[in-house]
Amino acid sequence: MANVTYPAVDITNLSFQYPGNEEPSFTNLNLKIGKGDRFGLFGPNGAGKTTLMNLMTGLLQSNEGSISLSGVKVGQHKYRVNRLFGFVPQDFSFYQELSPKENLEFFGAWYGLNSRKIKQKTDELLQIMGLEDVRDKQVQQFSGGMKRRVNLAIGVIHNPGILFLDEPTVGVDVQTRHAIINYLLELNTNGTTLIYTSHQLNEAEDLCNEVALMDNGKIMAHGPLDTLLHQHKHDNLEELFLNLTGKHFRDDV
Amino acid sequence: MFKLWATITKDIRVLLRDKVGILLMFIMPVALVIVVTSIQNSTFQLMNKNKLLLLVSNQDTGKLSPQLIQAINNIGMFRVSELPKETDAAAINTKLHAKEAELAIVIPADFSAKVGERAKASANKALKSFGLEGDSVKANLTADNPISMYYNPVLQESLRLSVQGGLRSALQLVESRETLRDLYFSINDKPLPAKLENEMLSSKTVINQIPTTRNGDRLIPNATQHNVPAWTIFAMFFIVMSLGGSVVREKVSGSFIRLKTMPTNYLVGLLSKQIVYLGVTMFQALVIFTIGVWLFPVMGLPALNIPRDVAGLILVTLLTGWCAVSYAICIGVFAKTQEQANGFGAVSIVILAAIGGLMVPSYVVSGPMKALVNFSPLHWCIEAYYGLFLEGGKFTDVVANIIPLIGITLLLQVITVIGLKRKNLI
Repeated sequence: MANVTYPAVDITNLSFQYPGNEEPSFTNLNLKIGKGDRFGLFGPNGAGKTTLMNLMTGLLQSNEGSISLSGVKVGQHKYRVNRLFGFVPQDFSFYQELSPKENLEFFGAWYGLNSRKIKQKTDELLQIMGLEDVRDKQVQQFSGGMKRRVNLAIGVIHNPGILFLDEPTVGVDVQTRHAIINYLLELNTNGTTLIYTSHQLNEAEDLCNEVALMDNGKIMAHGPLDTLLHQHKHDNLEELFLNLTGKHFRDDV
Repeated sequence: MFKLWATITKDIRVLLRDKVGILLMFIMPVALVIVVTSIQNSTFQLMNKNKLLLLVSNQDTGKLSPQLIQAINNIGMFRVSELPKETDAAAINTKLHAKEAELAIVIPADFSAKVGERAKASANKALKSFGLEGDSVKANLTADNPISMYYNPVLQESLRLSVQGGLRSALQLVESRETLRDLYFSINDKPLPAKLENEMLSSKTVINQIPTTRNGDRLIPNATQHNVPAWTIFAMFFIVMSLGGSVVREKVSGSFIRLKTMPTNYLVGLLSKQIVYLGVTMFQALVIFTIGVWLFPVMGLPALNIPRDVAGLILVTLLTGWCAVSYAICIGVFAKTQEQANGFGAVSIVILAAIGGLMVPSYVVSGPMKALVNFSPLHWCIEAYYGLFLEGGKFTDVVANIIPLIGITLLLQVITVIGLKRKNLI
């Protein structure tokens, strides 16, 4: 029997409408993200990026269509799917009263790791994230950049095959951004598919090899970054973004 | 199992770092149980040792009003302070408003004359019924001027009624004595001997108070024995402030978003909270009972007597704690904000405590409220505790209270799971 390689994410005819909203967020959306890609999802405020990410991670249930992660349908095999990916939400998603070590111990256990593996990964991640010296201090005393690193460390403690990152570098200094991007590139080199949203388009150029520009629930452009820039005759992602989505303000109410 | 252990460890760490929450869960109920027991004990002392100050304005110059004052003194409930004869109603009002006393009575000027006339009339009736001729004095049966009792409106109705009962018995004694004296004089033409009068009027029958305990103990229940179990239950249920808030905090915080994307059911998280906070409620009970047993006697309060069925006590405490934890989690699951959980949680516990018999005994509740009593889990908890602490029963004696308690707990658990499912949290 031949080995079948599934895409990291396969979205087919996806439709979704928030209860109470008059307009659907998506109608018949199709998107494939290849295994090992560094995929960037961009769009103005209210374009539907976070909604799509929440659908991909199972936080929201689609009305129609299907989403599969590595061939496993989201919504049908919740716990099987949840083992496949890590998630780094935009909000700080950990217990501020706990130390980074204690947070990693708890979330590691919830990802199904045993105590030996948790200890090994905790030591490794605290070292990589530069949090060794503060491993036992409560996170609520940390700076924004340190909290971002804790947020990221928790999302990758179980070596996920797919990593969803929602604005992982928002509000951090250049050094922290640099460290985070480098670490994400290293993860990708080791086989982790990155699915990333951000408003930092220059950062996306450093990180992503494949991008999708989204507006009003539709994919306006999708493909390798170089190809898209070439096709649309732009020098950088920001120009392409403004060209496709316009210059008027978008207020996400 | 490792996931559960890791979650319990996390919850204990989070709890121990919430200093305000710990204060609310331990210091507040301990303060409450000490204060309420002290106050109720003072009420007991007021009735039995310290006595209630009663101002008396005696406008009567006859011989019976001093006897009435003596009889009031003999009740043992009052400390009588006589006011000058000219003290009028306005002056008494002023004194009560100035908190000089809570009670005052005015004995009218014609008190002795009226009581004397009525006694003679009663004696004549009695003589006629014996077939004897009484004095020809015709009793003047015009209406008496009443004895007026002035009281501060802050005086509780129950206390006021018991004061009224005491005064009535003193009045009855004076009137009966006068009738008896008249009767005796009419028959024997000489005064009633004091010894005979005493024998006839003083009650010889002793009221023997026997608490109907199951284990045959004759320990008289006291304020501690009533209050410590009641306020321990209140403290346990008051963890809604900490636990309900903790569930909401987790729900609205970013950590919950991550938990929902993990390969573990959130019920593990809720099970952990139940175990941790059940431990908290058990510890609360241990602290409060210890204070009752060891600290209360040092403070001059009656000591708490721990029931003989200690295993039963532990089991009842465990089930009470489980119900309290289930209630708190249920509130936390349905509340959208911490303010909602804290506000609704606190108010609902006070209401459930009130209708459950923690503040006013449930046996005095009547009408439609009587049916509501059964819906308060605190009612079943307090009934079970009283069965052990006051009635000297064993666990088997309070099973009838435990079954509804378990029923309410399971119902709360089911409602919680339904709430989690409806909110797509599990």
